[in-house]
Amino acid sequence: MVEIYEGPLDIKKIFSSWYEWGKDRNFGAFITFVGIVRDEEGIEALSFEIYEPVLSRWFDRWQQKAKSRGAYIKMAHSKGDVPLHESSYAAAVFSPKRRVALELMDEFVEDFKANAPIWKYDVKKSNRIYAKERSHPIEGSGLLDI
Amino acid sequence: MVKVEFLGPIKKEQMSVDVKDLKELAQLLKSDPDIKEWLKECAVAVNDNLVNSLDVELKDGDKVSLLPPVCGG
Repeated sequence: MVEIYEGPLDIKKIFSSWYEWGKDRNFGAFITFVGIVRDEEGIEALSFEIYEPVLSRWFDRWQQKAKSRGAYIKMAHSKGDVPLHESSYAAAVFSPKRRVALELMDEFVEDFKANAPIWKYDVKKSNRIYAKERSHPIEGSGLLDI
Repeated sequence: MVKVEFLGPIKKEQMSVDVKDLKELAQLLKSDPDIKEWLKECAVAVNDNLVNSLDVELKDGDKVSLLPPVCGG
């Protein structure tokens, strides 16, 4: 299940709960990834919208893929505004040995960027501007453009 | 009636339309100047499942969602 939080993620709390969840399950590797909002192009914050029904199906498919390799994925994401230098995205992979977790993390985060139904806005002078140039059409887009 | 919703940055209220399949919906949306430009960049979900074919029949109560380009993280 994807954990969704209003505003910035409390990374210490999330990682602590994930670690507690996984440490007695005989996983030898626990790999984490965090996305932090950078100070660039005059933004004050990033803001996110999530379409949860499609996100949870996308995530379930990844969990199945992880399971088939003996691994387990955790993910947390913010909705709403996340100020500079706070975190909006966290992911973790548990696996019996490191190689599976390292590879799965790479694949998972790349597919997340490409296909997870989340929309990003730059917040500048309190205006919310869709980050169109940094956004990617989901696989299969353009179906209705006939 | 089929419910059509526009997600993320698309500035358009949800609508109810009388169409029998995705092809018919595509024709209808093409004639809407607010939506036309988004069509080439949008993925489509029917009842929250992404679809890759226009050969999808729609029945009363179905929900179609248009998902514009994404950028999580």
